[in-house]
Amino acid sequence: MTDIMPVGERQPIAPPVDETGPLGWARKNLFSSWGNGITTIVLIGAVGWILAWFLDWALFTANFTASTGAECRGSGACWALIREKYRYIFFGSFPYEQHWRPLFAVIAMLAMLVMSADRRMWNWRLLVIWGVGSFVTFLLMFGQIHIPLSLILFVAVVGGAIGLTLRSALAAANERAAYYALIGIGIVGLALRIAGVLPKWSIAIAPLSYVETSLWGGLPVTLILATYGLAFAFPYGILLALGRRSNLPLIKGLCVGFIELIRGVPLISLLIMASVMLPLFLPSGTTIDKFLRAQVAVILFAGAYIAEVIRGGLQSLPKGQFEAADAMGLNYLQKTLLIILPQALRVVIPPLINTFIGFFKDTSLVLIIGIFDFLNTANQALVDPNWAGFPGEVYLFAAFVYFIFCFSMSRYSKYLEVELNKGTRR
Amino acid sequence: MRNRMVAAAASLAVAVLGVAGTAHAGRDLDAVRARGMLNCGVGIGTAGFMLADSQGKWKGLSVDVCRAVAAAIFGDSEKVRYVPLTSQQRFTALQSSEVDMVMGNATYTLTRDTALGLDFTGVYYYDGQGFLVPKKLGVKSAKDLGGATVCVAPGTTTELNLADYFRANKMTFKPVVIEKVDEIRSAFFSGRCDVYTTDASSLAATRAANVPPPQTFDDYVILPDIISKEPLGPVVRHGDNQFADIVRWALFATIEAEEYGITSKNVDEMLKSDNPAIKRILGVTPGMGKALGVDEKWVYSIVKQVGNYGEIFDRNVGMGSPLKIPRGQNALWTQGGLQYAPPIR
Repeated sequence: MTDIMPVGERQPIAPPVDETGPLGWARKNLFSSWGNGITTIVLIGAVGWILAWFLDWALFTANFTASTGAECRGSGACWALIREKYRYIFFGSFPYEQHWRPLFAVIAMLAMLVMSADRRMWNWRLLVIWGVGSFVTFLLMFGQIHIPLSLILFVAVVGGAIGLTLRSALAAANERAAYYALIGIGIVGLALRIAGVLPKWSIAIAPLSYVETSLWGGLPVTLILATYGLAFAFPYGILLALGRRSNLPLIKGLCVGFIELIRGVPLISLLIMASVMLPLFLPSGTTIDKFLRAQVAVILFAGAYIAEVIRGGLQSLPKGQFEAADAMGLNYLQKTLLIILPQALRVVIPPLINTFIGFFKDTSLVLIIGIFDFLNTANQALVDPNWAGFPGEVYLFAAFVYFIFCFSMSRYSKYLEVELNKGTRR
Repeated sequence: MRNRMVAAAASLAVAVLGVAGTAHAGRDLDAVRARGMLNCGVGIGTAGFMLADSQGKWKGLSVDVCRAVAAAIFGDSEKVRYVPLTSQQRFTALQSSEVDMVMGNATYTLTRDTALGLDFTGVYYYDGQGFLVPKKLGVKSAKDLGGATVCVAPGTTTELNLADYFRANKMTFKPVVIEKVDEIRSAFFSGRCDVYTTDASSLAATRAANVPPPQTFDDYVILPDIISKEPLGPVVRHGDNQFADIVRWALFATIEAEEYGITSKNVDEMLKSDNPAIKRILGVTPGMGKALGVDEKWVYSIVKQVGNYGEIFDRNVGMGSPLKIPRGQNALWTQGGLQYAPPIR
């Protein structure tokens, strides 16, 4: 190590070409021995052959223009079937000339979901986005929305109560007075309404023709069942998870009982209960909308699963966090909202999104109670005797659409994981 | 067939729970009129009977019976709300008033007609177990099937009927028992068995839709022999006999119209007919509508908007459709079939 050469005299020699770059990589990984080389060549051949066959089937000999299934026979993929049926597959039996309505409803829902995916929106804006988005979605789907007086009064009571609890320490005197006023007006109004003093009255917003849920189908149904199923199941699941860790035996027992009961049965049995048994217990002549029953079943089911996911997050927190919060004199609500949940939820994001993706696909089970979601409208398209015999094309198409949704959700989960863990990565 | 077993089990559970037979006020017709819509429960997608087309509109033979009832009540066959129901749900939905009638391809049996608190009002399609064979076998009748290999679904009455039929005719057969319909079909079309047996309407749908190329529709035949009774009927609740009457006679009217040669095309000329029976049917001589509690033009509306039974059959499942089911037992009684309507008089 004594002879120090001046800089510049000893240029490092570049490694040989076949050691670096793609060639080197291939040599090291694919052709490192005779066995590996042969395997590589055989596999490349097989993949190429399958790809060539697939492209030939799906593109070069495919039929895009046939007007009946019979014309499609003998050629490659029958994409003409998708061309003929795509509107039914996407929107089901929704009145044909009004398909713009479910189309814009889907767009509104996607916009709502994309906007709430942005962390900068995670405050009061989220409420506005979901309020406006849901209103637009359901107004387009139903065409008419009636908001009964009793619902408005009920919302006033709940809103006042929530405001009072959440902002208990921070609210100024007049703000607190406003919450009390809301609760007061709501309770008095509801009492008068029940007593029959206030008439049955509702705000009617009716710009479009009414379309009942039995005509809904396709993508909007899948999206609504999954989105609202999980949107309601999420807070419900948090409550269940907190309840399961509660010190009060009654609450703990109820939550454990509910979670174990729901997780102990398949979703199908819940749906069948909701659609076959429930109507028999109701007084005759009363029916609850089938779609609503399915939606509630999905919420209950998803709630139990989400509760268990969140419980995992809660248990991963070190005990010191709870004790520190107690030492600061925070009450239970403040401790939970400010200290525990923000940390617990961050931990469980990957399993949560996993649950979301699962439920997005599980909603197809509603077929067994006669609701046509996206996969089921695709199935119906197969039954048409004029076009039958091309299940591959239809299922590929359905798989493609599902993949777009599920893949974007999984990418989003990845982004969120990085985003939320910035503080812990140094 | 399996669905029917499940439905039967579900129905039994319902009956045991003692919820069945809930008496209704008998004002179903009033409810339908007040609503301005007939709630008709239909099955989930069966080719030719009930299926949403590319525009999402429900079409098929069963659907047309709903339309005929709506035409009788409202004079407008479009005033129907179709509620898709699985075979597990259909009777509950009817019992709980979610729908007014069910056209779910349910087989008319004694237990369903009584213990479930339901009424079948007629038979819109006589189905039964049949045999599908490749034409190249040269078989003309099921009696020639001795020693054949038969594809059949397990644990159903189909399997029992098959065994009974072969035993009664002193023939042997080799069963190939497969659970899933898709797999049965591919087994049959790939030649693993000589014969495929299930309900004839389902065989027709299989033949119309599932024959894999290069074979075609014409390479297969459905044998004329039918070995079981599966009469499919409209179902209503106990309790409102007038509504049940309208459903019953709406179907009879389509059969009666075919018998008298009244079609959707010639119905306007038929109004001028001298035949007293036709005059009564079409309400030119009043009385029938009043007796039933509907407009005197009820049959006119049905035939004009929906068609007579022959037209309905032909365009949905018959020769005018991809299914190409022969009339067979569903021909009029005057042509050797079973479709027979009591006189409108």
